[in-house]
Amino acid sequence: MSTQEIRFSGFGGQGIIRCALITGKALSLYDDKFATMTQAFGPEARGSACSAQLVVSDERVLYPYITHPGILMALSQEAYEKYYGELPKGGILIVEEELVKLRGEHPDLRLLRVPATRYAEELGNRLFTNLVALGFFTAVTGVVTADAMKKALPGLVPDRFLKINIKAFDKGYEHGLQMVSKNGEAAP
Amino acid sequence: MKTVAADPKGVDSGPHFMDGDHALAEGALAAGCRFFAGYPITPSTEAAERFAERAPEVGALFIQMEDELASIAALIGAAWAGQKCMTVTCGPGFSLMVENLGLACMTETPMVIANVQRGGPSTGLPTLTAQQDMMQAKYGPHGDNMIIALCPDSPQECFDLTVEAFNLSEFYRVPVIILTDETVGHMHEKVVIPPADQINVVPRNNYSGPKEDCRPYKFDGKGGHPMVRAGDGYNFHVTGLTHNERGYPVMTAEQNNKVVTHLMEKINGNADEIIRLDEDQVDGADVVVVSYGITSRIAVKAIQDARKEGIKVGSLRLITIWPFCEKRIREISARVKAIVVPEINYGQMVLEVERNAGGRCKVISVNHCGGAVHDPQVILDAIRKASQ
Repeated sequence: MSTQEIRFSGFGGQGIIRCALITGKALSLYDDKFATMTQAFGPEARGSACSAQLVVSDERVLYPYITHPGILMALSQEAYEKYYGELPKGGILIVEEELVKLRGEHPDLRLLRVPATRYAEELGNRLFTNLVALGFFTAVTGVVTADAMKKALPGLVPDRFLKINIKAFDKGYEHGLQMVSKNGEAAP
Repeated sequence: MKTVAADPKGVDSGPHFMDGDHALAEGALAAGCRFFAGYPITPSTEAAERFAERAPEVGALFIQMEDELASIAALIGAAWAGQKCMTVTCGPGFSLMVENLGLACMTETPMVIANVQRGGPSTGLPTLTAQQDMMQAKYGPHGDNMIIALCPDSPQECFDLTVEAFNLSEFYRVPVIILTDETVGHMHEKVVIPPADQINVVPRNNYSGPKEDCRPYKFDGKGGHPMVRAGDGYNFHVTGLTHNERGYPVMTAEQNNKVVTHLMEKINGNADEIIRLDEDQVDGADVVVVSYGITSRIAVKAIQDARKEGIKVGSLRLITIWPFCEKRIREISARVKAIVVPEINYGQMVLEVERNAGGRCKVISVNHCGGAVHDPQVILDAIRKASQ
């Protein structure tokens, strides 16, 4: 891997920024990578589509913003519509299965759908949607290790919800692994 | 500079994934800062929030003041009461602080001010990056002043340079300004905070001798002079008027010559000790890119591409902005074809480069009026042009 650019997106309150923080911390503290995280701070960050960007590299990241994202995680319709056009051919598009109505099958992209909100609700609260999605992201992209992600959680989720967040992560992770094997793709 | 190990109470040792603003606050706490007065303003607010959050556990005091004028005034008071102190702001707030920044320079009051620059002028671009306050940091206050200004290129350097800023501020008894920017302030990266015993800090030096010998000032163009702490029983005076070594007004041309010469020379005369630069392949280069802060990272990307094309290009990153590295620019300008200066302003530090290059080489400004970082391609094009 030289450099990988990732965009996490959704609507305000889904824990999108937190997704990027957890992934960035996991990569730079526990996976021995360089990661730089930036987020939208303008009026667009107050409601509507919310987005965080992560640049990951084996070497020091020089340019802190994403210019050619290879992975997009979109947890809302608006985020999907706003950002999927950025992806190059072969790019990874992860969407929330029940919140995002696709505008076609995206044959040029590696499209992966996860019912993150439903799984989170089964665990008791839709607040865990982001962790389910992150588990799924970890399984299907192979950008970051599951071990590093779990290590990164303390301090970024409230202590009393740590266990349930790990459960949510595992749920998404297993779903992702199953999908990867079902699609006959090599596990990352 | 005499240093001691940092007080472990303020040091949150270990690796963190942290933004530059938070790292400013952690650097201050590690350096022994125990007083913060400020007024929240984007994009510096996160630094104030972090300090406020950590203050109770460290035993520090955080005050949200009514505005920026009061914030810096509180710092001057706290410094003379014996505290190491800090505030954070950005352009509009810094403009309000400028009057008392002059007072702090004149009264030789140590303090650290971080300016997390955003696009200007005026309220400009609250959430977007810029490097437009480089000259204001030095030339903001009226009269002749000399401050020290440092410019971090990453959250890690926000931590490291804040510790250094406090050390320089204590030793030279001068406000030290950290000129960072929205991009560095808001971006998260790995920040490693060393154990307390590996962080060297300059402790506050308070006078403790006989009353009759107490002198809060010494006009010899040097650093290292003790402060006098209010409440320790010494009679002294702190005023913005031209003063003698006891601090009392002496408003003559002769005295002003003494005081101003000291204020300027304690920094300029020690520039070699103060200035820190980060150089890469400058010797033997045809073109040197002089840059600082976030722009230096973008510049490195352009420099790498230029080298692939066979262009001999070096990089000179300014870690210390003020005092300016005059001598080094004079040396380089005699040996290269051109110096390229990208910065997120209409052309500020390029003026210093031009002045010191003195016509010995071309100086090419690659300016950007703020709101974003450069496109590396623009810097690459300038390097190509410069090499011809």
